[in-house]
Amino acid sequence: MSLALDLLTIGAVSAGAVFFLAGSVGLLRFPDTLTRLHALTKADNVGLGLVVLGLLPRVDGMLAGLELVAIWVLTLLAGAAVSQLIARAAQRGRPPR
Amino acid sequence: MEALNLGALNLGTALVILALAVWTVAARDTFAAVVGFVAYGLLLTLVWVQLRGVDVALTEAALGGGLTGAMLIGAAARLRRTEGAARAERPGVPTRVAAALLAGCVTAALAVAVLALPDPAPTLAPETAANIAATGVGNPITAVLLAFRAMDTLLEAIVVLFALIGVWSLAPDRAWGGRPGPLQRADPAGILAYLARVLAPIGVVVGVYIFWIGADRPGGKFQGATILAAMWLLAVMAGLVDTPPTDRSRLRIALIAGPVVFIAIGAAGVAFAGAFLAYPEGFAKLLIKVIEWALLPSLAVTLALIVAGAPERTET
Repeated sequence: MSLALDLLTIGAVSAGAVFFLAGSVGLLRFPDTLTRLHALTKADNVGLGLVVLGLLPRVDGMLAGLELVAIWVLTLLAGAAVSQLIARAAQRGRPPR
Repeated sequence: MEALNLGALNLGTALVILALAVWTVAARDTFAAVVGFVAYGLLLTLVWVQLRGVDVALTEAALGGGLTGAMLIGAAARLRRTEGAARAERPGVPTRVAAALLAGCVTAALAVAVLALPDPAPTLAPETAANIAATGVGNPITAVLLAFRAMDTLLEAIVVLFALIGVWSLAPDRAWGGRPGPLQRADPAGILAYLARVLAPIGVVVGVYIFWIGADRPGGKFQGATILAAMWLLAVMAGLVDTPPTDRSRLRIALIAGPVVFIAIGAAGVAFAGAFLAYPEGFAKLLIKVIEWALLPSLAVTLALIVAGAPERTET
């Protein structure tokens, strides 16, 4: 059982790291604001989600686990909202800077 | 193996921070420099966590990265109109040489000061640990901030108030006593209003929680107040609430209530415990709590208004 959990941690956190890397590469290499936002949300949503999933078997107690999940949910909320705002600013033809 | 990994991680973090610091200074674009500064603050937060200074990490993330970042972004937005002209002016060679010399001297002096520190560094940690029981609080940082070095904290709370007075004094005469910042016209059904409605209640709970656990675990009034201020600013930016007129007496009372309570308790210490800011035996924890409760709203309002900026609009 503990081996399976260890494998879950290693697998999920590594996969999360890959998403973060891919997201960062996309952020640097993609041609325009909207595609860069797409890359960024992959790192935030999926990457962080996988890292949190991988860390869940490591925490002591239900509460700490809930805290981790809450961090992920808040990041999703903030990421989605901020992406919308940046995308809207970009659409207005005014780069958000 | 673990020590080696941590060493590599620390070295990597240090290099990234140094590189980011150089980049922030060298960046020609004001907004880019501000973004660099915020990222730099978040990396410093990681360093403080790594050094087990969770209290400092929370402060750095909330005040150093968050609130200061928001202020600098506001400043960068205001400077945008004049930035082209400012960048076209290149300082002459003597100015630049003088600036480089000055910066070099400061760096050298700092390096000498750090390298000249005795090893092991002088510490008051054992004394703090030995006397913390007398204060009744469990978090040594809180014990230092509100009992052993309460004077520093009092002055800190007052300095923040002075900073706000400084910000207000930038107001044009016709706007004196008016509402700070421009009128926000966000779409009431838009995503920003939605975020403010969903996030603000959660943020208020988190802010109060961080304040509440400060007596016994990492957290405290400054960090909690910053989060509360950020939530209010979010609601302001989303157009859900407006900034209050700065001549309203209720607002002024809220601003000074915390420092006044702090000073009153400190002065009472002269009568009952023999020194300014001394707490009578057995009452330390209660008085620390009273001070913290009084400071939280004042700090939250003060920090929020500092970011909101100088009064710009009068009621007409």
